[in-house]
Amino acid sequence: MATAVTAVRDVPFTVGGRTFGSRLMVGTGKYRDNATMVRAIEASGAEIVTVAVRRVDLDRTREEGVLYHIDPRRFFLLANTAGCYTAEEAIRYARLGREAGFNEFIKLEVIGDQETLLPDVQGLLEATRVLVREGFKVMAYANEDLVIALRLEEAGAVAVMPLASPIGSGLGLLNPFHVRTIKRRLTVPVVVDAGVGTASDACLTMEQGVDGILMNTALAAARDPVLMAQAMRLAVEAGRAAYLAGRMPRREVAVPSSPTEGMLD
Amino acid sequence: MTQTTTETIEVVVNGSPRRLPRDATLLEVLAALELDPRLVVVEHNRRIVRRPELGHVRVAPGDAIELVHFVGGG
Repeated sequence: MATAVTAVRDVPFTVGGRTFGSRLMVGTGKYRDNATMVRAIEASGAEIVTVAVRRVDLDRTREEGVLYHIDPRRFFLLANTAGCYTAEEAIRYARLGREAGFNEFIKLEVIGDQETLLPDVQGLLEATRVLVREGFKVMAYANEDLVIALRLEEAGAVAVMPLASPIGSGLGLLNPFHVRTIKRRLTVPVVVDAGVGTASDACLTMEQGVDGILMNTALAAARDPVLMAQAMRLAVEAGRAAYLAGRMPRREVAVPSSPTEGMLD
Repeated sequence: MTQTTTETIEVVVNGSPRRLPRDATLLEVLAALELDPRLVVVEHNRRIVRRPELGHVRVAPGDAIELVHFVGGG
């Protein structure tokens, strides 16, 4: 689908020296079945697809491996460290992910709290430093906090991924101001990760000027994941176009759109 | 399997005890478990063993082996 955005003056999305055609990145978790997942990913237009590293279940069918369903020649597989609660654990998963995978990128998560799944920023920073030294391209899942975002950039992260709201919550973009500030102050790409619930959330997020969005549950938990993926694709493109277009100023009073002169007596 | 009795040892694979032939290589372990070495990453006593090395590393009693792969995730 040729879109207005690609036709206009947008630059392609580049992270860690690689360029991608879509600003929407999607996960592969929690779909009701693999066929739906594959169709939703295709409908989203995403090129970057996240995956998790887990033990092979030796007692069950091997088909649970995501590589049986997603062609790594067609999609850029981004391994995550989801479920890791310490820097040490996240580093171990990142190394395994690099070995299993096809690139040196890692979506680094170090979780600090079970209820909210909010990031442990201290562990995140520690793991980022180690992994950057080992040659990883770290995309760090972080709070929407400017100072930690700056520290992650200093530590060598190739992208900072502030949350819109907690993972799987679908609460949408809770702090547009902070996300905008992070985008304004960082040089590396800012990709909002987690919390987007529906298309308007994605559109509003892109209108803040961020470089991209990563989502999973918004698609997987929709009644129709394929249709929602299509909606998200359009929303990301619309939000990006609106950001590039530059919105009109907000006013507290009305300003007529039609001429005030030439009215009848 | 051949008729000759092979001596077995106990190792821990993915957190569960499992008996394997003594001196089996990691590649043989994967074959016994019907796993494709291209789709699995092997961690042997906390050290990642790359695919070309799998046929050279042998298991010993008490070894901890982790076999991981990519699954769906966000």
